[in-house]
Amino acid sequence: MEENDSVFEKVREIVVPGEFLGKDMNNGPWTYRIGNEIYSMRLGIKSVRGKGVGVVPLAGKYIPKVGDLVIGIVSDITPNLWYIDINSFNPATLHVADVPWRVDFGFTGKYMNIGDSCLAKVKAVDETKIALLTMNDKGLKKLSRGEVVEISATKVPRLIGRGGSMINMIKEYTKCRILVGQNGRVWIEGDLENMAMAIQAIKLVEEKSHLIGLTEIVKDMLENAKRGE
Amino acid sequence: MGIKKEGIKLINEDGLRIDGRKPDELRPIKIEAGVLKRADGSAYIEWGKNKILVGVYGPRELHPRHLQDPTKAKVQCRYDMASFSVIDRKRPGPDRRSIEISKIIGEALENVIFTHQFPRTSIDIYIEVLEANAGTRCAGLTAASVALADAGIPMKDLIAAVSVGKVDGEIVLDLVKEEDNYGEADVPIGYVPRTGEVVLLQMDGDLSYEEFEKALNMGIEACKKIYEMQKDALKRKYVKVATEIVEEVE
Repeated sequence: MEENDSVFEKVREIVVPGEFLGKDMNNGPWTYRIGNEIYSMRLGIKSVRGKGVGVVPLAGKYIPKVGDLVIGIVSDITPNLWYIDINSFNPATLHVADVPWRVDFGFTGKYMNIGDSCLAKVKAVDETKIALLTMNDKGLKKLSRGEVVEISATKVPRLIGRGGSMINMIKEYTKCRILVGQNGRVWIEGDLENMAMAIQAIKLVEEKSHLIGLTEIVKDMLENAKRGE
Repeated sequence: MGIKKEGIKLINEDGLRIDGRKPDELRPIKIEAGVLKRADGSAYIEWGKNKILVGVYGPRELHPRHLQDPTKAKVQCRYDMASFSVIDRKRPGPDRRSIEISKIIGEALENVIFTHQFPRTSIDIYIEVLEANAGTRCAGLTAASVALADAGIPMKDLIAAVSVGKVDGEIVLDLVKEEDNYGEADVPIGYVPRTGEVVLLQMDGDLSYEEFEKALNMGIEACKKIYEMQKDALKRKYVKVATEIVEEVE
């Protein structure tokens, strides 16, 4: 346990399901309450903020949240909607009204077909946790070129880094265009060699996400790869 | 309960058992979390001579779709013994015993999983017994709850399980194959340490009321020890990762 002088008390402690977190506190995400005692629901890190206690999960599938930017792959089409696999437990739906094109009934396949990927935003999530997507927003599009790689959704914050430091560094070194979806999918576009380098760097982040000084490790890897050209 | 051969002594004069353990002593247990790369969560357990591998997949879309429940996830469990797991070759595939064990383990786990979090999905648990030496349903259940936690599935608590039995007139903990075959009773217990619930309880053989109570208490005490090992296995895998991710999140 570690305490800071600030108002936010930070505790870095790993918890397993059923572990006692605190008494007479507010229960945050992934916790449950019995009486006035709070217990963990998932494997993760205990995080205490003021009077609240929550768990930051370390493993698990992507759970759609309204406003998240996701990279989806079309898994099925019907005359007026697309079913998009967003790496979650149920496929999301994308209706023809939510795309930037005017799609006639029955012509969904003309715009996006099975296997195509797209950048979309979660518009709504229903009570059975099925997401409704939209492509009617700035920057949202069908991803026709480039390549999509997958990492664990819980490692997305690590890949982005504090204030985007990690991803910006990879972009700088590889001169690739990179988009990171909250669902653990990463889209990369650039030269073939640069793309290979970027994929290698992303996989390295996923693999060694627990190491201290990861940014330096990735930087070394990218520099070595550049020199080897 | 098999018929005991004449001359076989399962407990010697010093009160020690066939493998040299005391009546309330567990076999050595080794649990490892996250051993399979392609599974969402996994665990491997070595419990005495038992070797069991558990893989968890999901929550994922449930097929056929008519089995989907719009209010909660379905917990599907499959317990399977490898053909080489026992001395006589086991005919592969589900049999009466495997189907029963799959059902009771699945139902035990359903008690601790927050199934309402994942409507219309299934959580699939595959328990593969690679080597068996009695007590595989308990070892399988113990490993399955570690694998579920490793998969990041929300749960009330982990389940610890152990078998208790009666051998040569004495209540003993964690039976081995010989004790299971030639003993008088076998009672597998699945226990939720935080709430004190018993989620699995079966009995093969006969016990008096007093004997049963003694056996249950002995089992519960052992489950608490196993629970610590389960927690340790999970924390060992993730302890390094922990410090790093909080830095990014906060």
